[in-house]
Amino acid sequence: MKCDELLKALNEYVDGQIDPAICEDFANHLAGCNPCQVVVDNIRNTIALYRSGERYEMPPEFHDRLRKQLREKWSTVFDGESQQTH
Amino acid sequence: MGETAADPDLPLVTQARAGDFAAFEQLVSRYERRIFATAYRIVGRREDAEEVVQDTFASVIEHLPQFREESKFYTWLMHIAVNHALKLLRRNRHGTDRTMNGESSDSYSDLPHPQFIAPWHENPSVIAENHEMQRLLSDALDELDDKYRTVFVLRDVEERSTSEVAELLGISEANVKVRLLRARLQLRERITSALGDKSRQVAADHRHE
Ligand SMILES: [Zn+2]
Repeated sequence: MKCDELLKALNEYVDGQIDPAICEDFANHLAGCNPCQVVVDNIRNTIALYRSGERYEMPPEFHDRLRKQLREKWSTVFDGESQQTH
Repeated sequence: MGETAADPDLPLVTQARAGDFAAFEQLVSRYERRIFATAYRIVGRREDAEEVVQDTFASVIEHLPQFREESKFYTWLMHIAVNHALKLLRRNRHGTDRTMNGESSDSYSDLPHPQFIAPWHENPSVIAENHEMQRLLSDALDELDDKYRTVFVLRDVEERSTSEVAELLGISEANVKVRLLRARLQLRERITSALGDKSRQVAADHRHE
C-alpha cells in the first residue's frame, strides 16, 4: 500500500469499518510511515474536537419567541377542527 | 407497530396528536437545543439556525397527523430539520459555487494531499475548553463547501450512520463516504495549520510518486 491508497481507506480505518483484507496492508504501511501516522492521528483529534464541543447555545430570548410562534401555529392547525376537551 | 426498540417519545407524540399542546411543548423542550446546534453547524449563522428550528417544529405541527410510527420520532424530526437547513442554504447561497450540487458525485481521484503534517501541541480536550479555539473550529467548518460540511456534521458530530446520511441528503452512500473524507482532510489541514507543533513537523512521504 502507498500513502495515496492509505488516504482513500482512511475513513474506514478511523471508523473501525475497514475490510479485514485491507486492514493488514493498512496497518503495515502505517507502522512504517510516520507522516501517515500523524495524519491519521490528526484526523482522529479533529473529529474528537468537533464532537466534544456543544458550543452552540440557544439564545434565551429565542426560547420564548419560539413558543409563542408555535402556539399560534398550533391553534391554526388543531383548534380549527376540535376543542381541547373531549 | 415496529419491531425496533420502543420510541421513548411515543407517549408524548400520541398525546400531542390528540391535540395536547403541553405534550408537544415537552417534545420541543427535549429537542430544540439539539436541533439548534445541528442547524447552526450546517447553516453557520444564529438567525438562520433559529429559523430552521422554528420551521422544523412548525412542520411537525402540520404533519403530526401523518407521522408514521415505523420511524422514531427523533429520526423523523431530524429529517425535517435537515431538509429545512438545506432549503435555507439553497436560498442563501443561490448562484454561488458553494451549493450542495445535488447528487453530483465526488471522486477519490484528486484528493488533496495533506500539506502540513505535525502532531498538535495540545490535546483535544484542552483545546475544546478554549474560546479562541472554538472560533477556529467554527471558522474552519464554515469554510467547507456546504455539501462537505453537511455530511461532516451529520456523520461526525451527530454520529448518524452512512446509510442514514445518504437517505437524509438524497445522495448515494458512496458519495457520503467521499464527501466525509474530503471534509475530514480539509478540516485536518486547517486545524493542524493552527495547532500543529512546527518543531515536530514531518515531511510527506512521496513514495506514491
Ligand atoms: Zn504513508
